[in-house]
Amino acid sequence: MTMLTAGFADPVLDAQATFRAVLEAVSRPGRIQRAGGALNPPAPLNQAAAAVLLTLADADTPLWLDGGSAAEAWLRFHCGAPVVAQPGAAAFALATGMPPALAALAQGTEEEPQGGATLVLQVSDLAEGEGWHLTGPGIEHEHRLRVTGAPEGFLSAWVANRAGFPCGVDVVLCAGDRLTALPRTVMIAEG
Amino acid sequence: MSALESPRAEGATMEGYNFAYLDEATKRMIRRAILKAVAIPGHQIPFGAREMPLPYGWGTGGIQVTASILGPADTLKVIDQGSDDTTNAISIRRFFRRVAGVATTEHTAEASVIQTRHRIPERTLREDQIMVYQVPQPEPLFRLEPRRAETKRLHALADYGLMHVRLYEDIARLGHIAKAYDYPVMVNGRYLMSPSPIPAFDNPKMHRMAALQLFGAGREKRIYAIPPYTEVRSLDFEDHPFRPIRAPHACALCRSTDTYLDEVITDDAGGRMFVCSDTDFCAERQAATAQEAAE
Repeated sequence: MTMLTAGFADPVLDAQATFRAVLEAVSRPGRIQRAGGALNPPAPLNQAAAAVLLTLADADTPLWLDGGSAAEAWLRFHCGAPVVAQPGAAAFALATGMPPALAALAQGTEEEPQGGATLVLQVSDLAEGEGWHLTGPGIEHEHRLRVTGAPEGFLSAWVANRAGFPCGVDVVLCAGDRLTALPRTVMIAEG
Repeated sequence: MSALESPRAEGATMEGYNFAYLDEATKRMIRRAILKAVAIPGHQIPFGAREMPLPYGWGTGGIQVTASILGPADTLKVIDQGSDDTTNAISIRRFFRRVAGVATTEHTAEASVIQTRHRIPERTLREDQIMVYQVPQPEPLFRLEPRRAETKRLHALADYGLMHVRLYEDIARLGHIAKAYDYPVMVNGRYLMSPSPIPAFDNPKMHRMAALQLFGAGREKRIYAIPPYTEVRSLDFEDHPFRPIRAPHACALCRSTDTYLDEVITDDAGGRMFVCSDTDFCAERQAATAQEAAE
């Protein structure tokens, strides 16, 4: 049995810094933030995704993940989140490979759309200023975002996700120690 | 390593309390609510408001939101009706100085987080600032439909006819919409939202504001938000367009003619004066005028 690597060095202030990065990312979709640079999570978990879950997931948030047993053991220990087998039962879904269909995740209801899941999606790279054209709340004119390694068919699934507003799924994209977010309100046009 | 042993920001904070007073599980719960609130602009998210060391009605919702976002690098400004030096504003500033050791300021331009009761500063806010509103009653339909289960359904259906009728009745009886504060707005064309009891004069500032706006209601246990650059429209009618209301005077101290004014009674013989409600803005204008006169 291998030793678990450490979580946040300072659980209070590191969680606060990560939360502000995620808040900034959700408020200004497509702008890239940094988080979790000091973490050393087990593969295939990347630093940003690990930081986001350490900050937001706990015993109250069912977690679905595809990261294998080492990542699962690490998150179970540090977050204490119950791991569920069905993506649809999760408040947070962590996808290190091909994610479950957006429509298969919790969508919330018309009266309680906040029940929609948050998908933490690991991708290989994120770059500002090129690629997709993002518009919507949080964006003054337009933000550009290139996502390398986005799952196939993501854009058409996103159109369907947006159509269900106010229900739907919010996505946090993570690459290395960098992250950005796609709240359910954002419109994406191919670049 | 436990949270209490971790290194702290400069400036001694109170022993025995977590950074920014709230425990980490509570902050996580509030942070999750804030993120969903930003993702669904204008929609009220229930949260488990905690008992705070001051009573409901004194800004417990705003304080819990501020406590959940605040970090050691932040500079906090707190205003109460535009003023930095009322009891409520001073108490909340001192509270966060003691429990979080953060820097505080009275200058809008220096603040990264601005907690407010019932005003938006006159100075245009920037992208690197966050507004936190204290909200007494988050449900804009409350006076028309007191049943929560029913207002939830009305929001789900985007059925806001009740509010339009209420505004229309004002026009039919009085000739104009007689709502000077807490004037309802539509956020991103979807949700009817209470802007908290800010004067209607401030409503246009919410429209496409560069700063993120967060709203916390402690007693009513709701959090909602407006992301930056989001459409915020005050409800009105084509033939009765929304008009921000302002006393038709100049500020007696800084001579400003485009800011929101408070009426101050000066004696018991009918004496009164109008002064800027935003004390920081007024003081800056007075200082600038004094400097010009000196030069």
